[in-house]
Amino acid sequence: MKSLPITIDSVRKAYGSYVALDDVSLDIQAGEFLTLLGPSGSGKTTLLMALAGFVRPDSGKLLLGDRDITRLAPNKRDIGIVFQNYALFPHMNVLANVEYPLVLRKTPKAEARQRALDTLARVKLDGLSERNIAALSGGQRQRVALARAIVFEPRVMLMDEPLSALDKNLRETMQYEIRRLHDDLGITTIYVTHDQREALIMSDRVAVMNSGRIQQIDTPQQIYDRPSTRFVAEFMGEANIVAPGSVRRIDGADASRETLMIRAESFHLDAKLVGRDGVALEGTLRAKAFRGENWLLTLALDGGREVLVCIPAALAGGCAELATGQRVTAYAPAAKVHTIPGAVA
Amino acid sequence: MLEAYPDNRLARILLWSFCALAMAFLMLPTLVVVPLSFSASDLLEFPPRAYSLRWYENFFGSATWMAGLRTSLILGTLTATLAVPLALLACISINRIGGRTALAIQGALLTPSIVPGILLAIGLFFVLAAQRLVGTLFGVLVGHVVLAIPVACIVLLPALARFDWNQVQAARSLGANWARAIGGIIVPQLQISLLSATLMAFLTSLDESVISIFVASGQNSTLPKLMFLSLRDQIDPTIAAISTLWTVIVLVAVLIVTLRKKS
Repeated sequence: MKSLPITIDSVRKAYGSYVALDDVSLDIQAGEFLTLLGPSGSGKTTLLMALAGFVRPDSGKLLLGDRDITRLAPNKRDIGIVFQNYALFPHMNVLANVEYPLVLRKTPKAEARQRALDTLARVKLDGLSERNIAALSGGQRQRVALARAIVFEPRVMLMDEPLSALDKNLRETMQYEIRRLHDDLGITTIYVTHDQREALIMSDRVAVMNSGRIQQIDTPQQIYDRPSTRFVAEFMGEANIVAPGSVRRIDGADASRETLMIRAESFHLDAKLVGRDGVALEGTLRAKAFRGENWLLTLALDGGREVLVCIPAALAGGCAELATGQRVTAYAPAAKVHTIPGAVA
Repeated sequence: MLEAYPDNRLARILLWSFCALAMAFLMLPTLVVVPLSFSASDLLEFPPRAYSLRWYENFFGSATWMAGLRTSLILGTLTATLAVPLALLACISINRIGGRTALAIQGALLTPSIVPGILLAIGLFFVLAAQRLVGTLFGVLVGHVVLAIPVACIVLLPALARFDWNQVQAARSLGANWARAIGGIIVPQLQISLLSATLMAFLTSLDESVISIFVASGQNSTLPKLMFLSLRDQIDPTIAAISTLWTVIVLVAVLIVTLRKKS
């Protein structure tokens, strides 16, 4: 199966005065797994629906390979879509759901059946082909939706928060399986989610969206460690935005005059663990909480700003003895101190 | 409702009696024509002094009545087959457009069921006259479809509001054009509502007399029109016989639809 690259070129969509997509441009490589990540209302689903053909952009272009699909009818795009609520057809059984796209393509009956059964086996649903949709569990429905979206060998796959209705354990299993399916098929995939962990775990690249714009597009590690905007920094996890001048270098050199981002889990309480070029940050302990795998400390800096410090339980020898109101110094290695370009704390 | 008074015997008796009275009040006017239709007398009298089937013979033996019956059944069937698909498409649009525009369209579609029938009939008469369609079956059909669309819409709109539109998008993404998405995904799942809408549209046409009186001419008069004319010209129990048959037909149709809904 030949997968295709996608080009999104200056796409804009407004509903009245509300701008859902504000000049979005994005290149997705053939065979790539790209996640659109953002809070609700960020435009990620609108962008997905524009690619699917259910939202017509006000301006801009969408290309599938070299082909302009901006105004192509959804049924002619050959894009497999997995919907958030699965959108299975309740009046058909599992097999009929999966055969449906093949029937529409006038595939000979025997071949359609065989391909549907093969695809069901691929998503580990063998033996359930005659079941009614109503008799399936959430996870099984998810698999049927996947099978239906890939059975006709589309060259692009779109997924709109496909795992949001599943419980945590099942969600983790399915994250792994969807990624495995993607790697097997090599199909260009755009995945929408508001779950940061899911985005980091599954994607080749993540595009973080907010208010109709792409804030940053990069590998999961870069997005997490080197956020380019304050929004990305804060959206991706427990990020501390530190104003210029509130940290000092351990070796006494002049600390950065810029706004810094330090993740809560980058801190240590032991200066020896961070090296001479690390930074130190001193404050009063406001609160502490034991969270199983780690301790979460809230430090109030002298300026009043609060900083979250997360110490892994294995390294947190002294945490249990700390008392609120006590002065605490937290250290972070230089590699984990990230300057946010152009940000003002 | 009855479960609210499980212990109070008097309350239950009163409630049941009240319900029975209400039922009687609703049903008796319909049921009273049944004995009338089996009367042997030339006059509509209750209770009949002797019984016979002569009025049924009269009805089935009369070319005029039979023509009326045929016209009515054909008209009812055509009305339902035209009005229900139109109403379905209209309701899909209303459902998809949403907001004030949808409300305005919905309001416009429902007006025929709000405007007094006589006004609609007069208006239709002039429109049809301009097209030289007065007196044709087609003219009456247009009138009946106009009346039946709002009736079908009232049944279909709430059903569509409950329908998961993502399924249509899924079908479209899988390669279905509009017609196939509607025919293969919406219609099978709205079967019951469509059946109800068809029955309601059919009955709307069957029951309609004002437009028929204004627009239909001699050879394609509907049964209700003939009944009104006969009431004016000569009152005999044939009317009662037709009414009885009518009630049975409607009852059977409603029963069939209701039973299919249950199964």
